Amino acid sequence: MAPPIVSITDLQFAWPGQPPLLDIPVFELQAGERLFLRGPSGSGKSTLLGLIAGVLDSGTGQVKILDQNMAQLSGSQRDRLRADHLGVIFQMFNLVPYLSVIQNVVLPCQFSKRRLNEAKRAGGTEAEARRLLARLGLEDENLLARKVTELSVGQQQRVASARALIGKPAMIIADEPTSALDADARDRFIELLSEEARKTGAALLFVSHDGALAPLFDRAEYLPSLNRAAILVDVE
Amino acid sequence: MGASILTLAWRSLMNRKVSALLTVIAIALSVALFLGVEKARNAAKQGFDNTISGTELIVGAPSGQINLLLYSVFRLGNATAEISWPTYTEIAARDDVAWAVPISLGDSHRGYRVLGTSRAYFEHYRYGQRQPLNLAEGAVFDDLFDAVIGAEVAKQLGYELGAPLVLTHGLGAGGLSDHDNRPFRVAGILRPTGTPVDQTIHVSLEAITAIHVGWETGARNPLADAITEQTIRSFDLTPKTVTAVFVGLQNRATVLRTRRDLNTNMSEPLLAIIPGQALAELWQVMGTAERVLLAVSAFVIAVGLVSILTSILTSLNERRREMSILRAIGARPVHIFSLLIAEAAVLGLVGALLGAVLIQGIFTVAAPILSAQYGITLIGTGPSWVDLYTIGAVTVAAVFLGIWPAITALRRSLADGLTVKL
Repeated sequence: MAPPIVSITDLQFAWPGQPPLLDIPVFELQAGERLFLRGPSGSGKSTLLGLIAGVLDSGTGQVKILDQNMAQLSGSQRDRLRADHLGVIFQMFNLVPYLSVIQNVVLPCQFSKRRLNEAKRAGGTEAEARRLLARLGLEDENLLARKVTELSVGQQQRVASARALIGKPAMIIADEPTSALDADARDRFIELLSEEARKTGAALLFVSHDGALAPLFDRAEYLPSLNRAAILVDVE
Repeated sequence: MGASILTLAWRSLMNRKVSALLTVIAIALSVALFLGVEKARNAAKQGFDNTISGTELIVGAPSGQINLLLYSVFRLGNATAEISWPTYTEIAARDDVAWAVPISLGDSHRGYRVLGTSRAYFEHYRYGQRQPLNLAEGAVFDDLFDAVIGAEVAKQLGYELGAPLVLTHGLGAGGLSDHDNRPFRVAGILRPTGTPVDQTIHVSLEAITAIHVGWETGARNPLADAITEQTIRSFDLTPKTVTAVFVGLQNRATVLRTRRDLNTNMSEPLLAIIPGQALAELWQVMGTAERVLLAVSAFVIAVGLVSILTSILTSLNERRREMSILRAIGARPVHIFSLLIAEAAVLGLVGALLGAVLIQGIFTVAAPILSAQYGITLIGTGPSWVDLYTIGAVTVAAVFLGIWPAITALRRSLADGLTVKL
């Protein structure tokens, strides 16, 4: 069996001058797995994602991404790893305001050779961007020609999803991507994202505070129960 | 990567069109001012150097070389002493001298200086790139009371061929000291030269002698009016003195030896100067002002460059989100850094290019007007290496200034990580 995409052992992390925020004995995300990670706000979800994405320096313990120990990589090696293998979707304001829809979607190919080549193999960066957008329900040329800041939040999130998916990264990290959407749009968005992640073979790490979404995923975890430090926070 | 970062920088600037445009305009105006001063300075210097050419030596009574240059070439100030006619003939007869043109100054006409000289003046006097004086109309003086006037004189006073003119003794505005008993007639009008020749009225040396018959004491002797023109024409009108002599040599290489000879070995004390050398010395004196002007305009460029800094630094707050998106997608610190440097460079380059084009346009439009209205020919204002160096220097300076916002953005994007507080 392929190595897990994310493998965390005995991770402890605290922001400077603050009590420990994370103390996770074990956490894994398998290739192609769609995992729902639930946690109230302030429970350290975004910090955990920062550690997995390699933009935060890991504390003690081990964070392995695709079998590579993040602590042993230099900053630029981690940047490369992220560029090559990670797609990220934020809660909102995902898009670079001065780029068109298509330019936003193909942007990761500018920073990653691997994803550029993958996109080319799939028929060229722009064609692949259009294909992904179409799969996510954005194929109206008028819509694609609009400024990204004029799109609805739901449309912006779908553009961000297409951007996260382009070039077949190994994992998609979605940080509360649906919290600004209404219930219908939310379920539809998750369906589309899951479906596309499955097709490209990307693992999906979906983070939210909304437990109602859990049934839409392969597996669900509750961060405070993975995190030994959380008990301390609760006691205070 | 390089091209795509530049594309990103360009699109980002286009997204902030108004701010970017204002910055570009600030740069363009400051560069235009700087290049304008530089070009005007160059034109002034060249025009100055071009006032006289082809004359190897100017000989006058001993004073200072700038003084001699000022009154003989620029018609400014007065000679303190004159040189005698025999000395002139001695100079003219020298083996190493190809030609010698005597000039006599001291009278005026409505504020314009009168230059007494020989017909050889029009043959040998050169200005600019050894351009000769050309007549626009009429001919060189033939009759005793003929005058050849400069282009500016003709234009300002509205004189045409045949117009009468009365010379004034000295430089007054006319009146009591008019030589009104000896009127002249315009026989020729010169083409514009952009030199003091344009403001000069040329008459023959003999005419200068003739109008001063009866003025031996420096004022008009009433008895002189009794002498008719007919009588005067019968006199020997060879002048007793001349103000200065323009000298051309057989061989330019002997100029230093000839000068030394004239300065030391003549029966009368003389001062011989090399026009180019005297012009350079005079320019040294006048040059300080234009160097100050150039320095001031260089500071204006510095102010323009600071506007790049202002524009980018103020944009950084609202672009925090953009930077963290780029980082999340896989942009490395070097990408963020070069994006902001590229934006500064684009602002600097576009502004400087625009400024250079602007000033070239202004000179192109202004040159014919200046030439037609004022007889000022602007030389050396075309595109030059200085333009290129300036554009390059402004761009490089912009790149260096861009380091500041680049470092700020980089530091923030590293601290923000994937989460940005909005």
